[in-house]
Amino acid sequence: MDPVPTFPLLAASQLAGTLTTCPYCGVGCGVRATVRGDGQVDIAGDETHASNAGRLCVKGSALGETVDLDGRLLHPQMRARHGDALQRVSWDAALDKVALGFRSVIEQHGPDAVALYVSGQLLTEDYYIANKLMKGYIGSANIDTNSRLCMSSAVAGHKRAFGADLVPLCYEDLELADLVVLVGSNTAWCHPILFQRIARIRETRPQMKLVVIDPRRTATCELADLHLPLKAGSDVWLFNGLLSFLARHDAADGSFIEAHTNGLEAALETAEAECADLAAVAKTCKLDPQDLLTFYEWFAANEKVVTAFSQGVNQSSSGTDKVNSIINCHLLTGRIGKEGMGPFSITGQPNAMGGREVGGMANMLAAHMDLDNPRHRQTVQDFWQAPRMAQRPGLKALDLFQAIEAGQVKAVWIIATNPVVSLPDADQVQRALAKCELVVMSDIIEKTDTGAFAHVVLPALGWGEKDGTVTSSERRISRQRAFLPAPGEARADWQILCQVAQRMGYAGFDFSAAHQVFDEHARLSSFRNGDAFGQRRVFNLAGLSGLDQAAFDALQPVQWPVVATSAGEKQGTARLFADGRFAHADGKARFIATAPRAPQHAADSDYPLSLNTGRVRDQWHTMTRTGKSPKLADHVPESFVDMHPQDALLYGVREGALARVSSRWGSMVARVQHGGGIARGSIFVPIHWNGQSASDARVGALVNPVVDPVSGEPEFKHTPVLVEEFRVAWYGFVLSRGRPVLDDVTHWTRIQGRRFNRYELAGRSPIADHGAWAADLLGVAIADADWLEYQDASAGIYRAVHVVDDRIEACLFLSPRPDLPSRAWLAGLFVKEQLEDADRIGLLLGQPIAKGADTGPTVCSCFSVGRNTICDAARKQGLTTVAQVTACLKAGGNCGSCVPEIKKLLTEISIVEVV
Amino acid sequence: MPGGAGTFRERLSGPHQRGQGVGSRMHMNIANDTPSTARKPALAVIGNGMAGMRTVEELLKLAPDLYDITVFGAEPHGNYNRILLSPLLAGDKSMDDIMLNTPEWYRQHGITLHAGDPVTGIDRQRRIVRSRAGIELRYDRLLLATGSKPFIIPVPGHQLPGVIAFRDIQDVETMLAAARSHRHAVVIGGGLLGLEAANGLLRQGMDVTVVHVMDSLMERQLDKSAAVLLKKALEQKGLRFLLNAQTAEIIGAEQVTAVRFKDGTEIPADLVVMTAGVRPNIELAQQAGLHCERAIVVDDTLQTYDPRIYAVGECVQHRMATFGLVAPIWDQARVCGAHLAGAGHRRYVQQATATKLKVTGVDLYSAGDFIGGEGSEDLVLRDPRRGIYKRLVIKGPHIVGAVLYGDVKDGPWYFEMIQGRTDISALRSQLLFGQALCAQAA
Repeated sequence: MDPVPTFPLLAASQLAGTLTTCPYCGVGCGVRATVRGDGQVDIAGDETHASNAGRLCVKGSALGETVDLDGRLLHPQMRARHGDALQRVSWDAALDKVALGFRSVIEQHGPDAVALYVSGQLLTEDYYIANKLMKGYIGSANIDTNSRLCMSSAVAGHKRAFGADLVPLCYEDLELADLVVLVGSNTAWCHPILFQRIARIRETRPQMKLVVIDPRRTATCELADLHLPLKAGSDVWLFNGLLSFLARHDAADGSFIEAHTNGLEAALETAEAECADLAAVAKTCKLDPQDLLTFYEWFAANEKVVTAFSQGVNQSSSGTDKVNSIINCHLLTGRIGKEGMGPFSITGQPNAMGGREVGGMANMLAAHMDLDNPRHRQTVQDFWQAPRMAQRPGLKALDLFQAIEAGQVKAVWIIATNPVVSLPDADQVQRALAKCELVVMSDIIEKTDTGAFAHVVLPALGWGEKDGTVTSSERRISRQRAFLPAPGEARADWQILCQVAQRMGYAGFDFSAAHQVFDEHARLSSFRNGDAFGQRRVFNLAGLSGLDQAAFDALQPVQWPVVATSAGEKQGTARLFADGRFAHADGKARFIATAPRAPQHAADSDYPLSLNTGRVRDQWHTMTRTGKSPKLADHVPESFVDMHPQDALLYGVREGALARVSSRWGSMVARVQHGGGIARGSIFVPIHWNGQSASDARVGALVNPVVDPVSGEPEFKHTPVLVEEFRVAWYGFVLSRGRPVLDDVTHWTRIQGRRFNRYELAGRSPIADHGAWAADLLGVAIADADWLEYQDASAGIYRAVHVVDDRIEACLFLSPRPDLPSRAWLAGLFVKEQLEDADRIGLLLGQPIAKGADTGPTVCSCFSVGRNTICDAARKQGLTTVAQVTACLKAGGNCGSCVPEIKKLLTEISIVEVV
Repeated sequence: MPGGAGTFRERLSGPHQRGQGVGSRMHMNIANDTPSTARKPALAVIGNGMAGMRTVEELLKLAPDLYDITVFGAEPHGNYNRILLSPLLAGDKSMDDIMLNTPEWYRQHGITLHAGDPVTGIDRQRRIVRSRAGIELRYDRLLLATGSKPFIIPVPGHQLPGVIAFRDIQDVETMLAAARSHRHAVVIGGGLLGLEAANGLLRQGMDVTVVHVMDSLMERQLDKSAAVLLKKALEQKGLRFLLNAQTAEIIGAEQVTAVRFKDGTEIPADLVVMTAGVRPNIELAQQAGLHCERAIVVDDTLQTYDPRIYAVGECVQHRMATFGLVAPIWDQARVCGAHLAGAGHRRYVQQATATKLKVTGVDLYSAGDFIGGEGSEDLVLRDPRRGIYKRLVIKGPHIVGAVLYGDVKDGPWYFEMIQGRTDISALRSQLLFGQALCAQAA
């Protein structure tokens, strides 16, 4: 089966437009964007791009639906105090406010009293400037990023094992492997194009095996030879057990270990302590021992094995250890640095990797240099000619918002991310921002949950408008190119940052184009890079230095490190460590002893279920972009709580009804579903919905603010929660071209439709007068309106449709149960300029009513008998008198008005028959 | 049947007494030519209307030769379909269209018809009926089908020329004549019959005002929502309405000229049509000492307190109910015909009834108990723009009433379910969307 739709290659004749890179997941697919004459954007896969070879997933292919200006932030705005309305201001006023605000806080409280919180959706150039400003000029490392939330454990694991944040392999290795192990990754939904590459190669190489390790039975499992539904958080047991099994079954590569690694004894000893017994591991992981053995045996038997992992591994209080427990197995078997093998971190954001390369996290410096390495600090300071270098790591994401609430950080600039939705204990983020002296937000969207707390909002360029580079999960640097003009007064993030830096009096921000920023970044990567300088850094873009505008525009996707060949060509690198040389000072990789730990907060009697969070197929992050696409809204229109049916029974909730999910930190409401993939004791809630898209669906508010001690990455995949019935008096939905007034609605979710907004509603207070209530909600003056109603008052069922100029304007359906009609047919009516009569008849039913047989014009109105019915019956049954017709069809049997007409019909028939 | 003696248009009757205007007599002693061998029992029928003649037809089906049948009718016509007086007035039907039984039919069946010669007395002791023309006829069985009389509101001026009812062909002729020479018509009574009369007069070119004492038209058949739609539709056709209007006086010297209301206002009137209800026509029965309450009391076999005398139609009272619609009267005719034929196993059972307004371009259907009340539930659908309103009244798992406006094609289907006490629980959510859909879903 093929659980994820992809889209076909373009014919060569259709090739045109701008080549750029998809702004969603870390696969980094090439996109060909063409702006039509009417302003619509056609999207196709870039067939020349190595990541996707022309294919796009459904999110990528719907990008054209997300570039309109509806809801965009187009002008700088400011508000005096929290709670005041935002007012439009000039760029000068806004930039001055930010620069002065930051400078005055720094002067009064020192550089660590300000912070930047940025995003894996920034381009490398934006990220580079933000990092340079913070670490080299303000002199603090208080710059962290939402990448902290998704792959900092992978970074930390890489650094511990390899000496730097290095992804050893490339996508092609997924196709060359004989065994692909996907750990904590719903690849089918979250990295669809990679999954399709695996699926396609398996068609030609059916012997290739796929193992999925995930507590949930996800779409990815559909293709798996083996699914190990391990207990949430037990990954280290599983991989320690594997390490032990491999060691005991002669799968270790002794010469590789000897020549290229350190630390095996300690790691193996730790692994053996708890995980030498396969049965014990199976029990801890709640797996079938036979399945576990099968996996271990396959792993031992296949030289070419790729272990790809994502947030299921990273987002854990033991995330870094999970990463290292996986890497340990590859080091033990020497399966790294060669084709078709290696541990593979698959990132979730388009430029998480680029952010890592410029050091855009609180514990990194720049160009893969370390903050706590004095030589590195000196290197960067000299290169930047920086006046005030950060000397120590800054505050990581969760610590940063704690420090804001504690008043230690007084000014924060949030760029291209939405922490009020996405951080754990997200209500704490609200509290922190509400107390913060100066909150600056750069974004492309006017209304976000975070923006509600901002004093200054700055309009940034969005995808299709901005220009620069991103790096995918396989270290491939690709260009994002602009094909749309800057809307309103929006500016590039790097530009805004530079303008603030200049206003703060800093030199070193005099850039006029993105390629200049990229060039500086590239040059820094090779600055004093080599054994001669006592720092041999793998991240090196020497081959990409000195690109002018034309060369930058022409830049083809390339995997770093990039060297310039003698012929002047830029040569990338598909795989690292082919020579067995790692980035630690001694050139060796390190085994890390990973003692398994359970998730920090265990379920208990108050909060008996464990919450897992993640993405759905067709949405991305907080939906500011994907939420605009009607196409993407169809798959999963609203937030949900996926749980086992027996748990639902136990906690008194019902599929299709709403449930409240609460933890010690917060609560939310979503619809219960039984997706079939959830084990008892667990629930799954998607991360996307927020205060703009739903009344109460921020799962971040529930997530425990627990982090991995090494990486600082939060434990998103395991929070003890309680699920309870969310009792409402009624359920309903609205489809409307406008925006209804939802003040009286207890629970709502907004869903983008094609030419309408859809709202799923539920209310706690009973509605007395449905008609008046509906009219208020939809803002309709019923008396003058074309307003259709259906009401079954005692059953609590009410429906209304508002038609304007024969076009559907809005409809509202209410029921005491969530058993509402399908929205699909009604939704389709919104694209019609005029309702047909047949449509109109079905409006209040919510489905088309097929016409019955054509009975012809009514003859007998007492019994509604049509002419065709009478004639048919007369012919077929040989009726010749009115009395016979009456006996047969009742027609004419009541008032008799139609008797003359029936007589006439009978005469006509008999004449015809005779003729 | 609720509201039996109301303003329903679908009236049947036997002859009724008219104070004036009885035209030429029509005697048809057709059967006299037939030599009778053995004397057959005599059946006298008083009333040549729809109820009486349908009963005779039912009788003839079962026992064509049982009786010597003699029919007395007050009107000087053969038997016609009174329901079609409205289309006749409106010009949609001709006299030929509305005639039910031709003189030939009476002749074929050996029936003696005295048309235009009402019966003036019944001597139950001697089993003799006496006509105004002096005919005395001895009967073995007597069928009373005397129908009902229009109720003329006894306001001052109600006897003025130009004040009429809407009951028979004579009334239609009066109205048609008035329409040719006069302009202002006032119809008093906004029920089914009044609206049909008003519509007919409008079609004949008159300015018509309908005066109704209630605040809502056809309140016996329609709820207020439907009545509002109906009023709007009829206003668009050109009718004017005065609701909550209490007639105080009909003004005129030689001829009616205006109608005055209790609030003092006046409107001009060249013709006043009273359609304020009917009264069962029971004078003859009362004179004969038959037990009457609101009407002639009959049992389940349509027999009166005198075993030789039966009664059908609008003049009877069965289990406290009186009747105005055609459907229950067809049922009565069937039962009564069977008993007269001596095949007396049938019992008359009251059923829910349905009505339709016969105004071209206005689709209206109501059936059963559409008022509802305690323990009943409503399903309502409104689409005012398309002029559609539908309401079903549900009690427990059954439909008990329906009001349909604008889209009436499912009326008979609902009516069938009302009469059949069909359990609609499973259909409830789709019921109002019609039979086609429910059949699809089933």
